[in-house]
Amino acid sequence: MDSFLEEEDEEAPVVVVAGKRRRRSPAIQAALQPPLHLPFLPPQPVSSNEHKLNFKKSKEACLSYIQDALLQKQWKRAAEFLTCYVESLEKDYSREHIGPSEMIWRIGTEILWHHSQSSMKEFNCFMEQMKTLGVKRYLKVCLEHVFHLLCNGQTDEAYQNLSLAESWRFGEQTAIQDKEMKLVQAYRGLLDYYSWSKQKNILLEHGEDGFSDLAVEQEMHGYFRKAAVNLKEIIKIPGVWDIFVKCYVDLLEFYGDHNEARQVLNEYAYNSKFPANPNAHVYLYQFLKRHRESKKSLISALKILHDIVPSHELMIDFNTMLQKSKKRKKRRLGLEVIFAALDYAGWKENAKAWSCLARQVKQIVISEKHLDWIKQEWNSRKDWWPAFHFSRYLAKRNWQENKSLSYEKALVAGILLGKGCKYFKYVSHQGCKAQLKRFRVLKKFVNRHNPVYLRISGPPDSTVQP
Amino acid sequence: MDEEDTRDFNERCAQCSEVNWGLTDGGRFYCRSCHNVTERTREVVNTDFITNSRVQTISKGSRKQEKNDGGSEWYVCEGFQLVLKKQVEALEALGVCPQMKDEILCNFWRCYLQKSKQAYCKRPAGEAVKALSVCESSTDVDSDPERPSLLHLLSLSESEGDLQTDCSFASSVSKVSESTSVYSGSVDGSLYLMKNQKEKLRMTMPMTLSFCYMALLWVREPITLSEFLRYVVEGHIPYLNVFQHFPEKMKLCGLDLKIFCVESWPVYEEVFNKMHELAAFLDLPRFPDITESCFLHPDMLCMKYLMEANLPDELHNWTCRVVKKIGIGEVDFLTLVPGNKSTRKVKYDVLAAAVIVVVLKLLFLLDDHYEWLLSEHAEERNKNNTEGGPYFEFKKWYEVVKHSLDVEQKKLDEERAKYLWRCEKPLFYSVKNKSKVLKRRQMVVNLQSQFGKLSGSVQRAKKPNPSSFQLSWSEENTDGSCFHGHSLKAILQEKRGLLTAMNPDYWLCTVKLCNEKLCGHLAHYREVEFPQSYHFVLGLFSFLLRVQPSYIHDEVCMIEHKLFNKKLYKKLKYNTVLRK
Repeated sequence: MDSFLEEEDEEAPVVVVAGKRRRRSPAIQAALQPPLHLPFLPPQPVSSNEHKLNFKKSKEACLSYIQDALLQKQWKRAAEFLTCYVESLEKDYSREHIGPSEMIWRIGTEILWHHSQSSMKEFNCFMEQMKTLGVKRYLKVCLEHVFHLLCNGQTDEAYQNLSLAESWRFGEQTAIQDKEMKLVQAYRGLLDYYSWSKQKNILLEHGEDGFSDLAVEQEMHGYFRKAAVNLKEIIKIPGVWDIFVKCYVDLLEFYGDHNEARQVLNEYAYNSKFPANPNAHVYLYQFLKRHRESKKSLISALKILHDIVPSHELMIDFNTMLQKSKKRKKRRLGLEVIFAALDYAGWKENAKAWSCLARQVKQIVISEKHLDWIKQEWNSRKDWWPAFHFSRYLAKRNWQENKSLSYEKALVAGILLGKGCKYFKYVSHQGCKAQLKRFRVLKKFVNRHNPVYLRISGPPDSTVQP
Repeated sequence: MDEEDTRDFNERCAQCSEVNWGLTDGGRFYCRSCHNVTERTREVVNTDFITNSRVQTISKGSRKQEKNDGGSEWYVCEGFQLVLKKQVEALEALGVCPQMKDEILCNFWRCYLQKSKQAYCKRPAGEAVKALSVCESSTDVDSDPERPSLLHLLSLSESEGDLQTDCSFASSVSKVSESTSVYSGSVDGSLYLMKNQKEKLRMTMPMTLSFCYMALLWVREPITLSEFLRYVVEGHIPYLNVFQHFPEKMKLCGLDLKIFCVESWPVYEEVFNKMHELAAFLDLPRFPDITESCFLHPDMLCMKYLMEANLPDELHNWTCRVVKKIGIGEVDFLTLVPGNKSTRKVKYDVLAAAVIVVVLKLLFLLDDHYEWLLSEHAEERNKNNTEGGPYFEFKKWYEVVKHSLDVEQKKLDEERAKYLWRCEKPLFYSVKNKSKVLKRRQMVVNLQSQFGKLSGSVQRAKKPNPSSFQLSWSEENTDGSCFHGHSLKAILQEKRGLLTAMNPDYWLCTVKLCNEKLCGHLAHYREVEFPQSYHFVLGLFSFLLRVQPSYIHDEVCMIEHKLFNKKLYKKLKYNTVLRK
């Protein structure tokens, strides 16, 4: 197919150039149009050859046996078939998307990693062979090797491998694998960061003893420089680089370069070339909070996080911040945020979240202002929240497991669904039976404000401002 | 042209002092008077030179011993000769009659070389020299491809055994020299693939098997084609990497790989058809008669397959009756007459299997209903049966055979997936990629040993001894898994002293046969359109013969039409007689 498209591309401009020069009759124009290239049809099966077993078919069958074995974690069996599959290396069909050599690399890695009888030594030996096998993915193989070394706790070997990979030169292949090279450098930077961090801890311990070691400090600064250079490079490229960004910011903050750190985080969070990444906003928020930045900037960081991940744990902080705000609009947003968070099952039994909602709802009911906010939020949820949050079963369970959770939820349920709702009825009944004062207060409160529920769940009120 | 090329070279010949130079195909000067070749070579000015067909060239009369890569000159037909030799030796080791090699196969091969004008042409060796001089004097000789300009004399090398006889190979040198720009290790490898002459049956690797099968058929060895091909696949007969047995000096590269490297298993139809083509090409006379005492006779083969399929011996009586009724046991039907286009070529093994299928259809109907009914009936009777062997129960047989078949099929599928296609001897298309190929080979060996250690299974057990039977059932087993001695009485009825099938009906696999010559098949088999039991039986024989079920189905259709058309025809005839 590729060749078919390429051919078309090559021929198309010729016509355009010709067309510019003179006007042509449609017939001539039609004649000048590039000939239609038909795509390839699948090869016609020849009846007698259909069942003919050949090298390729045999290896394909072998591969599917390997895949079955891998899926069933039969590492021995997979190794047995792989032993026979490796022959296909000698006939690498380079046209295929993933050739045998890549298959062998991936499958072999998997088997060696899981097989009970394999050792790290054998693993290393295999990886070295794979590196010589495919120039086109040399650095990928190197990186994979490094990850496994790191998983095995061999940090020094990993570092050595990264350095080696970094010095790899292979004609234009080095340029083609530029991205992988950046990753290799970045991971080396990361390991430098860990060395730096170790030295820092030693120094801090020594500092407590009132003893400072110049050599250690020097070394630490050396690690800082090496790490900073490489980390800085990788995070320039659009991508998800959480670990690198975190480490780089940590380095910068340690040396007091807050402006650079802020810039890095802002870039990471707001550059539209980077893929949407909740963590970018989390890091920025945490940084801003650490440096006691203005509420406004904190809120704007969390606003984007709310848009991307409404169920994020920071939404509690966000809601708290917004509730305290003097601006109506922000308080309105706060209500929206906490409602949205509670749409997710992960928050179902979070007492903190429910108390946030309860507090805000209560506030609104007491002030009798902005009931329409609640009404609006409730409108899209009244169909499913009762079953999702306020069933009798949940009332029972919440009461047994977490009294304060059930208290908060009962309050919300009582206001939203009225005093007749199952959840409220059960919890308040249990609370009164147990002679808990606050449940009695709750019951009174809900009874007093019962009409509110009618207004909330009633038909849309045209007089109410949206 | 030649004059131009040699004009600048005016030295006297060291042997005869003449100045009369020609050019060899290697670009060296040779003396036209005494045929002395100098060490001097002509400097090639233009690259057209090599492909210039008008340059008069010469190959040496004797085998050039050393080429620069350490190999010596060899021809493609020599390669095939070696392959055939290895194959027939393996057959000898399996126990075929010792005359087959020297008296049969060797003669077939010589005949082939002669018919394909590669050797044994009607010129005695003495004339060859004359021909040589004639060729040399004529400048236009190269434009006449039919006339061999030189007889290449093959010297016997000791390692190549007795099949390599004193044959003299003719090769048209002009063509060889024309094509030297295309790479091959053999002298005529490139030319060999370019040839597209229909009248000359070109030798291929599958055709070596056709040769062997033809010889086996000629001596009426008790071995069928399917069995022979199974031995090939199981590695008892060299085929796949047979070039590894070539002597060190026969270097394979370039286009030779296309000729001698096989990367697929031989296919029944291909070997079968090529054998018949070959027999016709060689103008062979009628083959020795296949009589009732021959292994290839359907009655014999049916016995073998009945045993292997674990069916009651009593069925043999039925297969013989079918064979007799439709005349497929007759010598004229069974014996191969090369080039006779009016008779259908007999696949002995497939035919015998089909006879058994037809008999099963006659007795059990195999319509997914009647056979189970009969089985229940037999089961009932077995309960009260105290004397004699047990009655045959189709259901029990199905369960036992199905289980074994599934196990063996699974084993076979895994073996196919695990099949190792490559041998120790690495092959490379050209010297350029030699180091790459060797490196790859080394890596494969390394990886094989690394994962071999992890695979847990003991390194590949030695290949099992060749066996004629793939499934074996022994009556000594007391678990009742052997049905050979079971009786058919429960499903037969006595009519006028004759035992006949209870089943009064029959279904034909196809109402109309296709024209085999036009469409390639007698019938068309689609699994879904036929009863499961029928498919199972076909599958069983397909496994035993390692052929597709459709091959057997074709034969079943053929037999059915012979059985029933005849009856119909007789009826018609009888009716017309009555009318008169």
